[in-house]
Amino acid sequence: MKLRVFIPRDAGAVAVGADDVAAAVAATARARSIEVDLVRTGSRGLYWLEPMVEVATAAGRVAYGPVMAADAAGLLEAALIDSTHPLRLGLVDDIPWLKRQTRLTFARCGVIDPRSLEDYRVHGGCRGIERAVALGAAATVEELVQSGLRGRGGAGFPTGIKWRTVAQTAAPQKYIVCNADEGDSGTFADRMIMAGDPFALIEGMAIAGFATGASKGYVYIRSEYPHAIAAMTAACSAARRGGLLGRGVAGSAHDFDIEVRVGAGAYVCGEETSLLESIEGKRGVVRAKPPLPAHRGLFGKPTVINNVLSLATAPVILEKGAGFYQHFGVGKSRGTMPIQLAGNVKHGGLFETAFGVTLGELVDDIGAGTLTGRPVRAVQVGGPLGAYFPRALFDTPFDYEAFAARDGLIGHGGIVVFDDSVDMAKQARFAMEFCAIESCGKCTPCRIGSTRGVETIDRIMRGENRAANLDVLADLCNTMKFGSLCALGGFTPYPVMSALTHFPDDFGAPAKHLQVAE
Amino acid sequence: MPNKHTPWNVERALALIAEQCGREGPLLPLLHAFQEEFGYIDEAAVPLIAQALNISRAEVHGVVTFYHDFRRRPAGRHVLKLCRAEACQAAGGDAIAARAVERLGLAMGATAADGTVTLEPVYCLGLCATAPSAMLDGRLIGRLDEARLDALLREAQT
Repeated sequence: MKLRVFIPRDAGAVAVGADDVAAAVAATARARSIEVDLVRTGSRGLYWLEPMVEVATAAGRVAYGPVMAADAAGLLEAALIDSTHPLRLGLVDDIPWLKRQTRLTFARCGVIDPRSLEDYRVHGGCRGIERAVALGAAATVEELVQSGLRGRGGAGFPTGIKWRTVAQTAAPQKYIVCNADEGDSGTFADRMIMAGDPFALIEGMAIAGFATGASKGYVYIRSEYPHAIAAMTAACSAARRGGLLGRGVAGSAHDFDIEVRVGAGAYVCGEETSLLESIEGKRGVVRAKPPLPAHRGLFGKPTVINNVLSLATAPVILEKGAGFYQHFGVGKSRGTMPIQLAGNVKHGGLFETAFGVTLGELVDDIGAGTLTGRPVRAVQVGGPLGAYFPRALFDTPFDYEAFAARDGLIGHGGIVVFDDSVDMAKQARFAMEFCAIESCGKCTPCRIGSTRGVETIDRIMRGENRAANLDVLADLCNTMKFGSLCALGGFTPYPVMSALTHFPDDFGAPAKHLQVAE
Repeated sequence: MPNKHTPWNVERALALIAEQCGREGPLLPLLHAFQEEFGYIDEAAVPLIAQALNISRAEVHGVVTFYHDFRRRPAGRHVLKLCRAEACQAAGGDAIAARAVERLGLAMGATAADGTVTLEPVYCLGLCATAPSAMLDGRLIGRLDEARLDALLREAQT
């Protein structure tokens, strides 16, 4: 009997040796004449167990991890006789960390062969677009609106409304643009889906094209993701061969194709209008809104611009219906969120769950605290523009409005964990420094404010005129927050002010304490 | 694998322009093609591109200098990128970066005098759950510690 072995080709798994493991498994199989069908999948997202190898058995797929190349021989032997192995994790479906999740967007990630459209179909792929075609364009847009899906890139704008606006704007040419410029530190969900289930994104874009009347799509992927670029390029070719892209998509009369574009290392290009400028071949300078991209977007044409996760979620919404999707979640945050646990965390990875889970549950329970074993002091939620939360706010539910109410944001769903060795003044300084490096330069609060911010924090850290400089910093943050054109300058105050508010000691004891001490 | 590039030449440049020119918004794909071929964007490329795309030299220069990826001079034979973003900072990335700077005797962004290696910061490789991370000539490395870094540095200095 042929042994089916699954090893991730996901960049996160490759970075810790998955390619070496795959080579060792193949070499061992050849040497011992064991027939092995080796499938390179995406990652399941349990990164502390990567490289995680799975072997198909009659009872289901059995996982082993973390596997090193030297373990290959022993692992194959164990798999053949199904005996115990020190790295055996049991049936994948029974691993508690996976079992606790609600995987809608990530249902197939780590399961299927991301280069096989056939495998995608076998695992329920393409049913979303088939239902969309049966419903018709207008009903497809309404399905998205009813689902309550909000932009997963961070802004949280209702996806269906964007689609409806483009659908209602008449133009001979419209575009679907996928924002895969996932630059936020602590986030990797887009990268995982592009490597692990690229057809879901392609299907989502094709649905958007059908629903809005757009015939051309672009996926703008950051250059730091070479593996995702390769995976998406291969998947687009396979989709063209299999009828998911090209003329008469999924049996409809609608034509749709996708081109992969590569970014060039500018963080600000994750901002939607600057991304459009970049595709057009210009400096990634932010555009003033209005006009909205939905009216005048790429090359001046009506454009849907959505994050990878928003588009990759469209197929399951269309397949199972808006009611099914919006049944998950709380308040105005409907559905599930692929949350990413990162940084100094014991169980780091991707955890997709309905909105409403608390930050404390995510960090202490699911993430199991820090990797160093020291106490968690702060977490940054939502990337470099997200606020730092102390333990005192760990009761905050993961929900757009709940985070906003506490001067934070969920952004793209990344949580970076820091232990008690972190210097929060240094983190605040980095936020300003990063903004200065990445500012597109169009608006003054961001371009100049960030540099002045670094200087002011330096003065505070040196103890120069501390009370007055803390006032200057707060004032500067206020100007950036309300005077910047986009989220880069507008949100940089979140990490800075949250660090200052929740961890004032790191900026030097407040002046009154100093007086008491003297 | 160390980087191998074609020395700058106009004929090859014109061929690349001809290949990319037909696309919508061809400038970024074209600059990527130049950098992949020659390892950097030669100053002489700017007027060639400007003429082919019917835009000003200032516009081309503006785009080349806006994006961190585009080099205006060749890099070292090896390029070592260390992730300096928050998730890697949280996992000990500052100490790793300081060690690399000290061992190589290079500031971030600098190339060794003998042309062996360029050391660069990168703001997130998306390997945030296996931090700290690095990329050596396109190869990804996660869970960096001192021993792994030292091995990378030795490889980069060959």
